[in-house]
Amino acid sequence: MTSDRNDVPLRSTARDALKIVIVGGFGVGKTTMVGAVSEIRPLSTEEIMTRAGVGIDDPSAVADKNATTVAFDFGRITLNDEKVLYLFGAPGQQRFWFLWDQLFGGSLGAVVLVDTRRLADSFYAIDRLEHHGTPFIVAVNRFPGPAPDAPPARAAPSLARVRAALDLPPGVPLVECDARLRPSCKSVLIDLVQHLTSLHFPETTP
Amino acid sequence: MNPRDVGREDPDRLFIVTGGRADTDGPVLDLVSLIVGGGAAPPGTPSEQAGVLARCRDFPVSVAELSAHLDLPVSVVKIVLRDLAREGRVTVRPPVSAPPRDQLPDLETLRQVLVGLHDL
Ligand SMILES: Nc1nc2c(ncn2[C@@H]2O[C@H](COP(=O)(O)OP(=O)(O)O)[C@@H](O)[C@H]2O)c(=O)[nH]1
Ligand SMILES: [Mg+2]
Repeated sequence: MTSDRNDVPLRSTARDALKIVIVGGFGVGKTTMVGAVSEIRPLSTEEIMTRAGVGIDDPSAVADKNATTVAFDFGRITLNDEKVLYLFGAPGQQRFWFLWDQLFGGSLGAVVLVDTRRLADSFYAIDRLEHHGTPFIVAVNRFPGPAPDAPPARAAPSLARVRAALDLPPGVPLVECDARLRPSCKSVLIDLVQHLTSLHFPETTP
Repeated sequence: MNPRDVGREDPDRLFIVTGGRADTDGPVLDLVSLIVGGGAAPPGTPSEQAGVLARCRDFPVSVAELSAHLDLPVSVVKIVLRDLAREGRVTVRPPVSAPPRDQLPDLETLRQVLVGLHDL
């Protein structure tokens, strides 16, 4: 990680940006994954939410003293002279629903990042993606050892058990990764793009 | 991810940025619309507009990056950008390969993404 990684500008020919969203609960490794593959240091930005649920383009919401903001982070990968891929880390909790249209609208697809010690954190995101019609894969970020608050000596569950616990349809790929490692994150993204490609050919999808 | 209280932060500034208008005309902007600037900001340009213009003068910049660099919420940056676009001071390169709702990304786009990822 070089110190000037943050300042790499886009190519002047860049004209076609794409989005992939990495969604999951707090602490599941979203920022770590974005940082592992991004050509810039992950940037953080924020969007305004209001308690009244006012549309975010309504400036009265901006001045509303009840407004709060939610932060999300992102990175990018230059694909070629014209195309650049942005990766957004999105909080998966229900109270951030207002961000979802902005993040998922027009995205290629999503990676649901899960920590097997807190599987329930991903239920809402999976449910929401299915209803949204956003194609996704699920990646298990393997943390060593039990969570600090978990019962002792519980072995990490197999992928088959994770699939059953998440009630994942058979067509949704489930993979493992280490969010800290670029090759691992790269292969998760490739798995997603291959899944999206295979969805064009439903008769050949296993 | 800590929701913070905008009101406690700097409500007056945010209100000034938006001018308190229901400002929805102008180009449709996505988080990853790429913004290309024209030239330097003339004297007297409001500071948020000047900040945007300085950031996109030499290279395209996404709406999300402008928001992060200028430390302004995305919806506020969009309002500033719509003003600048209407005045012809920035141009917008929309995400033309983004799939419409309920449609898959096209195969040629997926192929290019795959090639780009393999090169990573
Ligand atoms: N051991 C291990 N730690 C990880 C892994 N991924 C993330 N972490 C750590 O878990 C913590 C939370 O990760 P972060 O990316 O901030 O999660 P986020 O809230 O989803 O963005 C950080 O301290 C990371 O260094 C992993 O694959 N293995
Ligand atoms: Mg994070």
